[in-house]
Amino acid sequence: MAGLNSMAEGNKQNPFNRSGWNIVLWILAAAYLVYSVQSMGLSGERFLAGLGHASTLIDRMFPPNFERWELLLSGLGESLEIAMISSVSGIFLSLFIGVLAARNLMPAWVSIPVRGFIAICRSFHPVIIAILFVKSVGFGALAGILTLIIASIGFIAKLFAEAIEEISIKQVEAIRATGASFSSVVIYAVMPQVFSRFIGFATYQFDSNLRNSTMVGIVGAGGLGGTLFSAFQRFDYDFVAAILITIISLILLWEFLSTLVRRIF
Amino acid sequence: MATIDYHWQRFSSGQKLARFSVYLFFITGFLYSIRSVEVIPEFLYDAPEQMMDLLSRMWPIDYSFYPLSVHDAMIETLNIATLGTLVTLIFAIPLALMNASNVVASPVIHWISRFFLVSSRSINSLVWALLFVAMFGPGMLAGVLAIAFRSVGFIGKLLGEALEEVDMGSIEALRATGAPWGAVMLKGYWPQVLPAFFSIVLFRWDINVRESAVLGLVGAGGIGVVLNDSMNLFQWQEVAMSLLAIFTVVVLAEILVVNIRSRLI
Repeated sequence: MAGLNSMAEGNKQNPFNRSGWNIVLWILAAAYLVYSVQSMGLSGERFLAGLGHASTLIDRMFPPNFERWELLLSGLGESLEIAMISSVSGIFLSLFIGVLAARNLMPAWVSIPVRGFIAICRSFHPVIIAILFVKSVGFGALAGILTLIIASIGFIAKLFAEAIEEISIKQVEAIRATGASFSSVVIYAVMPQVFSRFIGFATYQFDSNLRNSTMVGIVGAGGLGGTLFSAFQRFDYDFVAAILITIISLILLWEFLSTLVRRIF
Repeated sequence: MATIDYHWQRFSSGQKLARFSVYLFFITGFLYSIRSVEVIPEFLYDAPEQMMDLLSRMWPIDYSFYPLSVHDAMIETLNIATLGTLVTLIFAIPLALMNASNVVASPVIHWISRFFLVSSRSINSLVWALLFVAMFGPGMLAGVLAIAFRSVGFIGKLLGEALEEVDMGSIEALRATGAPWGAVMLKGYWPQVLPAFFSIVLFRWDINVRESAVLGLVGAGGIGVVLNDSMNLFQWQEVAMSLLAIFTVVVLAEILVVNIRSRLI
């Protein structure tokens, strides 16, 4: 009993004590916050005026105006086409690029350049890639398709390569021991282990391509974004609201469908 | 005596049919889109030539442009990303709590929060930026709000999922002591989601650095404004400098986030 008491005496220190570094980090964070808010040049009156503008904007957005539904529908159709083509081809290409980038299947002289390519695809926002493609292939859906293919490769190929690197190597060795060729190893040992995850990435990427295809039009790469941007510039805010509602319902519909697809696979 | 089925099948015929119909849907959608999309093939043929022309105009990179305007704009971009991520927490945490079925057990509230989360995610950050530029005028404030409203859906959804994975044992123990709601939140849920919370917020910050780099194209501050100006003036060597700066910052941000996350988890 005495021993227990003395042990309790010796351990008076709070085990959840904050370390010195923690406090320094919080002070630095607070200082940064003050500095960055000041650099924003935010003034109360500007903010209040903005709230006033916000209420007029929302007033003009409602009720949404679906009168020009033909324009809306043609933009939507083009967006869907862009999303479909870029997803299918981007996902298909990512299958190969992902295998090439996996370090446990490929020698370093293959995987390192491929990983570099994926990193370049990933690090630029689709809008910047879209601008470069609009400059090189002209306005229209083609620039949007090429942009979203690059974006899909950057996302899926990376995750797919990581998924392949996490597989159990036993099946691979077993298939190799039968004298199978490299393509058989990939089809019968690697794919069954990663295919369900690949479908997960692919449905996610289709979702994000769908959303991005409604945006690349802002810089002239086709689709609903162009309609949206010109409606904005003509201050047709009720038509803008109609377009936004269409986009949101499209995404909701796809979320419902993608849970179905994921249940099948 | 039961007969042995010598013919092994991985999937039942119903599963096969379902999978086949998904493939069929995507392939017909793809082929239909290829046929109906308006692409001028001549533009595709000379795309490599145009691309090389663009790249040759970008070379050599105009490094002297960096201290003139890229540096300040890049700092502003980082501020937009960080402040936006902080502001988003004000909205995302309540919505995440409303979305987690083990915190709030009301389907109506789930649907309300899900509606806000999906709307936030389906409207692209550029469109949010257009809306906020219309309200608050061009500048950093519109960018911060655009980033904040765009990130709500992402952080709210992932944080809600993290909350649902919490081990309920300690929560029940706390409730049994008669702890008030706030104490259950702070001492029951919070310590368990803490690593997930920081990891989600850092991940989103990394994405926001990318996104805030393009918000300037619609006037919402940051490096995008500089990029847009040099592009409109056809100063491709300056554009290359801005792109290089964006690439460097994005890669550094990703390395930083990956390092912190691997220590957290």
